[in-house]
Formats: sequence, C-alpha cells, structure tokens
Amino acid sequence: MKAVPAMRQYGFGFLAGTTWDPNTGQFGILPEIWGTLYTSFLALLIGTAFGVAAAIFLSEGFLAQAVFLILKTFRLQFHPMLARLPDRMEGLLKNLIELLAAIPSVVYGLWGLFVIIPLIRPACNWLNMKVGWIPLFGTTLTGPGVLPAVIVLSIMILPTITAISNGALVAVPPKLRMAAYGMGATRWETILAVILPTAFRGIVGAVILAFGRALGETMALAMLVGNANRISVSLFSPANTLAALLANNFPEAAKKDVGVLMYAALVLLAITLLVNIAGSVILQRASAVQEGAK
Amino acid sequence: MNTQDATFNSHIKPCPPDPFGPEVNPFDDVNFSELEKSLRRPRTLVDLLLSNLVSVMTVLALIPLFSVVLMLLWHGGQKLSLDVFTQLPPAPMEEGGGFGNAILGTLIMVVPAALISIPLGILSAVYLAQASLESPLAGAVRFGAKILTGFPSILAGVFAYGVLVLTLGGYSAIAGGVALSILMLPTIILTAEDSIRMVPSKMRDAAVGMGATPTQTTWMVLLPTAMPGILTGIMLAIARAAGETAPLLFTALFSNYWLFRGGFDLKQPTASLAVLIYNFAGMPFDNQVDLAWVAALVLVMMVLVTNLIGQAFSRRQIQE
Repeated sequence: MKAVPAMRQYGFGFLAGTTWDPNTGQFGILPEIWGTLYTSFLALLIGTAFGVAAAIFLSEGFLAQAVFLILKTFRLQFHPMLARLPDRMEGLLKNLIELLAAIPSVVYGLWGLFVIIPLIRPACNWLNMKVGWIPLFGTTLTGPGVLPAVIVLSIMILPTITAISNGALVAVPPKLRMAAYGMGATRWETILAVILPTAFRGIVGAVILAFGRALGETMALAMLVGNANRISVSLFSPANTLAALLANNFPEAAKKDVGVLMYAALVLLAITLLVNIAGSVILQRASAVQEGAK
Repeated sequence: MNTQDATFNSHIKPCPPDPFGPEVNPFDDVNFSELEKSLRRPRTLVDLLLSNLVSVMTVLALIPLFSVVLMLLWHGGQKLSLDVFTQLPPAPMEEGGGFGNAILGTLIMVVPAALISIPLGILSAVYLAQASLESPLAGAVRFGAKILTGFPSILAGVFAYGVLVLTLGGYSAIAGGVALSILMLPTIILTAEDSIRMVPSKMRDAAVGMGATPTQTTWMVLLPTAMPGILTGIMLAIARAAGETAPLLFTALFSNYWLFRGGFDLKQPTASLAVLIYNFAGMPFDNQVDLAWVAALVLVMMVLVTNLIGQAFSRRQIQE
C-alpha cells in the first residue's frame, strides 16, 4: 500500500522509536505498540473473568434455578403461566449481554468520559497516595488514563467471550455431565473438573478473538486513554494505542505524513490478523474435537 | 395328629432368615450425618461460594448496560426536543442547535454501504452454501469472512482513505459508505450462509425434482425460505455500521452544513452522528457536551431498534 516509502525511510527503527513529532519528522510507535498490548491484556484479564463467569451462569442453569426458587417461595412453581419463565429468563439474559455489544463504541467512550472517570478518580488517587510505591499505582489519575480505558474495553469484549464460550459449554456432551453427577460430584466439582476442561479450547479461542477485538478497538480508547506518547506501567497515567493514534492523526495528516500513518496501520493489521487467525484456527479445531467426541 | 405332625417335621431344621449369614442392616456402617449437606464440609461450602460468586459477577457484568442506558436517558432526555432533529450543529459558545444534518448524513452513508454489501454478501453466501464443505475456495472465503468480522474498523477506514480519498481528492460520503460496507460484508455473508444452509434439503430436492434449474431453485426456493435469517444479518450489519465512528473519521470527515447545499452531492465531507459525538464530547462547552449526549441517545435508540427488528426476524425463522 502507501506504507512502502515510509517503511523504506524508517525501517525497523520505526517500531522501536519513542517519539512522534511531525515537525521534525521523527516517528516511532513503540509507546503505541506497548499501550495497545498493555490495555488489551489488562482488559482481557477482567473481561475473561466476568465473561466466562457469565457463560457458566448461563449454561449451567443457575438462572433457571434462581427463578424457580423465587417462584417456589411464592408457591407459584407449577403455575401454568409461569412454567416456561426460567427458560425465558435465560434467553432474555443472553439477549441483554448481546445488547452490550450493540452499543456503539463512541457511546461507551462518552459514558467512560463522563461517568467512569469521575467515579473512579477518588479511589485511584487514594490508592496512589497510600500505596504509590507499587508501580501499578505510580501516578495520579488526572483525567483520561489506562484504567478507565481498560474498564470500558473489558465491557466491550465481554459479549464476545460470553457468547463464544457459552457455545463451547453448551456443546459439552450431556453424557459427561450426567456421568460426573452420577459419581456423586457436586455441581462445581463437575464444572471445574469435567466441563471446563472439555470446553477449554473453545474458551481459549473465544479469549483470543476477544483479544483481537480489543487490539483493534478505536473510538472508546481514543477518547479515554489520554493520547500521551509514553511507556508506563501505571494504571492511572495516560498512554496511547495504535488505533487511537490513527484516529487522532489521520484527519489532520499532511500528505507526507500519510505514509507514516499507513505504516502504523500496517503494524496494527499484522498484529490483529495474527491474533484473529490464531483464534479462528483454535476454535475450528475445538469444534472438530467435539464433533469427534460425540 | 399333633404328634404325628411333630415327628414329621422334626428332621427339618428351622431355616435362618438369611441363608448367607446373620441378618444385618445394610445401613449400619453408614454415618448419616456425613451424607447430609452441611456447610461445614469444604466441598459444599466451595460449591455455594462459587455459585454465588458467579451470580454476582454476571449481575456486575450487566450493570454497565443499565448504567449506559440510564445515563443516556438522564443526560440526553433533558435536552431532547424537535429542534435537535431539524437544526444544524452550533458554533462554540452558541446556545441551542441540533444535529439534523448528522442524522441525515448517517442514513445517507448507510444506504450506499448497504447497496454495496447486501448484493455482494448474499451472492457470496449463495455460493458458499452451494459449494461442498470440503471445497478449498469456499473454505478460504469463509475463513476470510470470519477474520474480517474481527477486523479493526479503523483499518477499513484506512483502506477507504487510501483507495478513495486520495484518488478522488477529498473526503466524501462515498468513501464513508465504502468503508462501512467493508464492515457490513462479513456479517451478511456468514449469517446468510447459515440461514441458506438451514433450508431443509427436502425443499431443495423437491424443487430439483420438479425440474427447476439451479437458478430457479435458488431464486424461488432457497432465498425466499432463508429470507428471515438473511434479513437478521442485514439488520445486525446495518446496526453495526450506523454506530461505527473510526472509519468515518477520515473518510467522510464531518460537516456543519446540510448535504444538499447547491444540489445533492455525495462528494462532500458529510456529518454523521457517531463522529459528532466524538467531536463534541471533547469540547469544553456545556452545550456541545449536552448535544453529544442527546446524539448518543438518538444513535443508541436507532441501533437498538434495528437490532430488535433483526432479532424479531430471526425468531420468525426458528418458528418455521
């Protein structure tokens, strides 16, 4: 594409440089690569925990049981009008989680800017004051920063993780579950020792695809991450990501800088393609393995 | 009589109740208190704790959804008025104003995007559904479509920028539409292929048996039967495209004016709701920030309604 001249000019130094200055013509995207990977990785930690929890909650009939218990306390559990309520609730919850994915990312950005940041700022600054010697809490949160970006990002990838790992959990052959219960295992012994290992590949595939989404996510990050060209492990300092860099610089780019931005886009493309292909291949293998188990 | 009976029976020993040994209660060795569900036993306790943990985490995961919707209604609902739909964006420090041109611009860019991606998507889905599962070309296309669904939206913008903005010499609604169509395509292909494959093979066989050509089978049997599923895919794709911001930032850019100035022209920078939210959210003026919230409310309503229509279609297909 148009990246070739810039690649020839800056070479691999582009990947390792830390300054971005159109005036002097110095370009380097190491801070952006670091910021992209760092925010995505942290978001993945949170998103996986909650996403897999929600998938288990949905697939193992917790909700139906809870609804049934509530109905039982009102002695309505065999009421003909309410008989299908537990199943209906499960479908409703699934749709609600999918709606999380339907909200445009720019709206999440707006929400993060005016709701999340004021909400977490006191807690963050308190943490910085008390345990500021831990590098994670090394700076104060003045406005946009890594943590709000990570929070919003994890919300955005949660539906992906939940939907795909729910599929993997539901696809576990019922025989296995029955056998585990028949041996006298409790529900969580069954889940941890039988169901999760069987669905493991599917869940890993889901997590990797979600990682790809997080890497390429643009708007929410451009609004929340702070767009500061620096490398820092602190959760509260501003940073930058590749996608946000593109979003912020492309509209005003002079003709000669477009090549540099194209180079950065190429790097982002390479990273996300790699991650997405890995995720898809793992998912395909996972479904093939489960076809064989049936 | 009695004595005779006694002598007759005397050689028979009294039979023990159990021929294999003394009578035992099979439950003698079992400690019943061990079998009871008691919270003092670690496995029960772990079970209960994890169940509650998972429930709480699921509820927490849903809080953002409600928070976003509530905040949108709270901030956006206050300023929502008819003016918002008819007026142009205000200049800094100016009061009032609206984003009528952005709503129009969003619709105008989604239409060419749909015109490009719907025929392409359905045609390739027809091909994918007809080709055998082992066909390497179909497999490659399907894999490519799957990869494209996770494709960063901003890269679609970079592509449209390189292909259209630089060659046409300026930001335009067409470039925005092309960028959006790239994002819509994979969703349409994958859902349409699925729903065509779900058409019962009986119907296909019947059509072929009646002497229909492959084209007739596809047009008159497969596509009409699969239509609800295809429409679901289209609706989902449109909802996604309408909310996309990143690819529009530097393809359609933004504009403070109506698109119709001096004739209908798709080759001008065009406003869109999503870019308007992004631009106004970063401004230090209260009026603009409020407008951003209203625009977000309108955008989310549009997207959610489109989504719900799509889900209604998919329900219809399941029932058939």
